[in-house]
Amino acid sequence: MWQQIRASVVSLLMLTVVTGVIYPLAVTGVAAAVFPSQAAGSLIYRQGHPVGSALIGQQFDDPKYFWGRPSATGPMPYNAAASSGSNYGPLNPALLEAVRARVEALRQADPGNDRLIPVDLVTASGSGLDPHISPAAADYQVARVARLRGLTEEQVRVLVAGHTQGRQMAVLGEPGVNVWQLNLALDEAKP
Amino acid sequence: MTTNGVIQVGLYLGALLLLAKPLGAYMARVYQGQSVGLDRVLGGVERLIYRLSGVRADGEMTWTSYAAAMLLFNLAGLLAVYGLQRFQGGLPLNPAGLGAVTVDSSFNTAVSFVTNTNWQGYGGETTMSYLTQMLGLTVQNFLSAATGMAVLAALIRGLARKKADTVGNFWVDMTRSTLYILLPAALVLAAALVWQGVPQTLAPYPTVTLAQPTSYDGPQTDADGNAVTDEAGQALTEKVAVTAQTIAVGPVASQVAIKQLGTNGGGFFNVNSAHPLENPTPLSNFLEVLAILLIPAALCYTFGKMVGDTRQGWAVLAAMTILLVGFLIPCLWAEQAGNPALPGLGVSQAAEDTQRPLATAGGNMEGKEVRFGIVNSALWATATTAASNGSVNSMHDSFTPIGGLIPMALMQLGEVIFGGVGSGLYGMLVFVILAVFIAGLMVGRTPEYLGKKIEAFEMKMASLAVLAPCAAVLLGTALAVVTDGGLRTIFNPGAHGFSEVLYAFSSASNNNGSAFAGLGANTPFYNSTLGAAMLLGRYVVMIAVLAIAGSLAAKRAVPASAGTLPTHTPLFVVLVMSVVLVIGALTFVPALALGPIVEHLMMIG
Repeated sequence: MWQQIRASVVSLLMLTVVTGVIYPLAVTGVAAAVFPSQAAGSLIYRQGHPVGSALIGQQFDDPKYFWGRPSATGPMPYNAAASSGSNYGPLNPALLEAVRARVEALRQADPGNDRLIPVDLVTASGSGLDPHISPAAADYQVARVARLRGLTEEQVRVLVAGHTQGRQMAVLGEPGVNVWQLNLALDEAKP
Repeated sequence: MTTNGVIQVGLYLGALLLLAKPLGAYMARVYQGQSVGLDRVLGGVERLIYRLSGVRADGEMTWTSYAAAMLLFNLAGLLAVYGLQRFQGGLPLNPAGLGAVTVDSSFNTAVSFVTNTNWQGYGGETTMSYLTQMLGLTVQNFLSAATGMAVLAALIRGLARKKADTVGNFWVDMTRSTLYILLPAALVLAAALVWQGVPQTLAPYPTVTLAQPTSYDGPQTDADGNAVTDEAGQALTEKVAVTAQTIAVGPVASQVAIKQLGTNGGGFFNVNSAHPLENPTPLSNFLEVLAILLIPAALCYTFGKMVGDTRQGWAVLAAMTILLVGFLIPCLWAEQAGNPALPGLGVSQAAEDTQRPLATAGGNMEGKEVRFGIVNSALWATATTAASNGSVNSMHDSFTPIGGLIPMALMQLGEVIFGGVGSGLYGMLVFVILAVFIAGLMVGRTPEYLGKKIEAFEMKMASLAVLAPCAAVLLGTALAVVTDGGLRTIFNPGAHGFSEVLYAFSSASNNNGSAFAGLGANTPFYNSTLGAAMLLGRYVVMIAVLAIAGSLAAKRAVPASAGTLPTHTPLFVVLVMSVVLVIGALTFVPALALGPIVEHLMMIG
């Protein structure tokens, strides 16, 4: 028995060093050397200051911007220090109320646009940080953004196309538009 | 289902089955003590571990000392993870300044990671210091997986050996699993994940300036920081301006790689692999979801190789794969069909695949990410609960009733459809023994498996292994729904609230770890009851399996005769699948009827 206890403690310590210290530090070292930008969180800089992560969404509710997925993080949306989904079940009245309110807000921001709204624009993402909307959800907003910025719809569509990522390797995942980067480009094109 | 959906699922299954044989053959060499190539690099480390811990690499163990070693090693791990959480406030590598975790939450998390469950009652980025994540959680991601693989190796030896007293050496099996299988695989996967955008850093959380400042209604506080209330006692709110975003990062890739490969599932971030930094791209998603089933699938080949008849391994793998696809299809269908309440609100849930500017995955997108869409969310939900992984890339709580029933049912079947690394296959072999026994009853012969007579002792242990997790699920759920402590933190109203509790106990008792995450599980009630369920579901099964291993090893081989039931045929594959499904259905249909089934009827009614 004593032998087994000794083996437990010693092998736990040794394997802790291997898997808990050497392994993560080795990955950290390789990451910093080969993929320094990704390792730090894919941060994007403007004039030397970080303005966001290419992979993390930001909150937009001003009608002159494209809006992203609704976010269920607290206390503020798109809180990248405390990711969360809504966890509403499909029959939860709170879910249906939230969707109704989002539909209402989109309609108010763009009177006269009575197209059906793509579902990803009115449902909260899993992480609360989803950087993408579907191309259909971007297309739904093109007329509004163009009007409020004094751009033609064609100009906005070109920007949208430039920030649309197709399926990876033409097969994997779903196409998406990176909302925050698109908005950044819009601000740079015509604030 | 869209054409692209069929292609994505086909690619996944193709890659999985192609990798099973080479990896399985490699793992057979690891457990048979043969040279594996990597021992030229890590052999020194392996021998050093044995020397310092006083282990003789060629020292064989009886099943009882194998079980004792396994339990002691897991106890040591449990104490270490518990201690790290309790003292993390005073320990280094804590740039976010996180304090000690509560007693009940520390207990729950320690049990959770040591039992390979990785149920998380806490939010990773707001609770655990880098040190705790690395020395506690990442380490147990390896060692709990290695423990499961070791127990499987012992069971396989029990089947393969004749008139033997011993089933191998726990220390050797566990150490070799870690060094030669899990560690190299994790290194490769971690590097690929960083390439795709998963962070790996020990720097503090960066803060960025928002493109569009925003605000939210926060509680109003007075000068002393106390909440202000009006005359009616309602808390007053005030607009809080937000101009910056703090982005949680950390040594993420190293933990994510092993949590996928070791069927652990405990995420670095609260929302697990739905988080864009834990799973940034469709390719990272493909690799992560492939990693969930990779080792469990390959171990089937390892099993066939070690018992000297690879057809036996392929038969088990075939049963697992067919069941997986059978469960995936209804989940995909239900999620793609979407929520019938939404079209009335002016929302389109139709998938639009053809016209690129209008492309959309459609479906039930609440709790899902655009880059994964419906196909990859449903595929992940099925794979993660077929295996006892429990990581998620979408919020299962927001699935449609049928979509959420699938992962729940997969866990309740006992985590044997691929299942955990090691634990899935030893669980499936228990069902194989049951199937052989039932077939034996039908034809009136003593049942045999791989030349070993299955007798009363093996049947008792097999029944114990099958029934212990079932009992923990049903008794735990029953207790929760009649006590205040269990009812208080249910989040969703109605039948869905019951589903949250049933899901939690299904997940804990079968060591899965995924959740209907609305349930507030970080309470003394759930931390303690779910902790107990995890311990029961893990160690009762393991001890029963080791007992079977010891008993089978001691038997002599019976030569196959005309009356022997072949166990590699399509007929036997169907028989095993039926036994798994019938036992699961008999045990859980009444409980499922109260949760997702009634919810589905309400939704379409």
